[in-house]
Amino acid sequence: MRRSLLFLPGNTPNMLINGSCLGSDAVIFDLEDAVSPAEKDAARILVRNTMTYMDFRGCETIVRINGIDTPYWQEDLDEVLPCRPNLILLPKTGTAADVQTADAYMTQVEQRLGLAPNTVGLVALIETALGVENAFAIASASPRVTALFLGAEDLTADLQCKRTKESREIEYARTRLVVAARAAGVDVYDTPFTDVNDDEGIEVDALHAKALGFTGKASISPRHVEVINRVFSPSQADIDYAYEVMEAIRIGKEQGKGAVALRGKMIDAPIVARAQRTIAMAQELGLGREEA
Amino acid sequence: MTEIVRSASAGTMESSDVYVEIEPGQAGIELRLESVVKGQFGPAIEEVVREVLDQCGVENAKVSVRDRGALDCVIRSRVETAVKRGRGNT
Repeated sequence: MRRSLLFLPGNTPNMLINGSCLGSDAVIFDLEDAVSPAEKDAARILVRNTMTYMDFRGCETIVRINGIDTPYWQEDLDEVLPCRPNLILLPKTGTAADVQTADAYMTQVEQRLGLAPNTVGLVALIETALGVENAFAIASASPRVTALFLGAEDLTADLQCKRTKESREIEYARTRLVVAARAAGVDVYDTPFTDVNDDEGIEVDALHAKALGFTGKASISPRHVEVINRVFSPSQADIDYAYEVMEAIRIGKEQGKGAVALRGKMIDAPIVARAQRTIAMAQELGLGREEA
Repeated sequence: MTEIVRSASAGTMESSDVYVEIEPGQAGIELRLESVVKGQFGPAIEEVVREVLDQCGVENAKVSVRDRGALDCVIRSRVETAVKRGRGNT
């Protein structure tokens, strides 16, 4: 379950060491934009040691490495893969070939370390027009890909448009990524809301992302984590309805009914699937019922 | 053995960080430590610094450590980075 993914600058100890206490489902150790070229070496070592010595149980670890068009990305992987982060976030993924390049090197390192192939997953950060256009091919490029991730700041620069709070300029990219990810059977994460002081804005933005089908949302501020977690969690009404659906299905089967209705509405396979997902998430959050 | 061939530094003076400077030496490890928690943790910090230097194979160096309340893993990181920069292979 990854509702919230919190970026932490890779060379800033006071952020990194508190990363697991900030409430997010995952933290993203950033070796890319948050680290100047002169400090890439220091950040790699600091991130590696943070993962080695700090306790991140209950919080997944993701490392955003540098892009494959830089001289840094292979050293990034050499340094962090031995710590077995849950995922690598690959920036500026534009084509399926980009994924395959990173995937091939990750496989080499995994072999060197004696790890099974695909021990560490890959999330493709889509932040160029080319990446949006190739989203399905990227999501399908390797079994290592577990999710797509929208990066709107770089994307809007590439699109030559202004990034606004209303976010109309990224609506196409958002819907395109959700469709591509779901078609490929992987998760999809929304771009951070960058105004850290706008508590109302983050809620509106997160609700919109959830409504479009995103799995979760990234954040650059610990202040946004609680809102994102709440928005991407099932409400009590959602959970109650999911159990009602499953109960109606159970009774229908007992009675040999081919079709089952609840509250005057037919329950079909997609509704059952959604109810099962809701119950699974509720149970993971400790909100499920024992009899389920 | 790793030889420190030039002066190098790593880290910052920000809270929870440590600033490490290393330079060539000829009389073993000459360590100078400043820390806001030196009274309580000075010996422990020095032990970590010497352990990392030992792991890196550094036998001779002048090392200055200005600690701002860094955790063990941060001290380890900054010392290792300073060594790698000082030996000229990063």
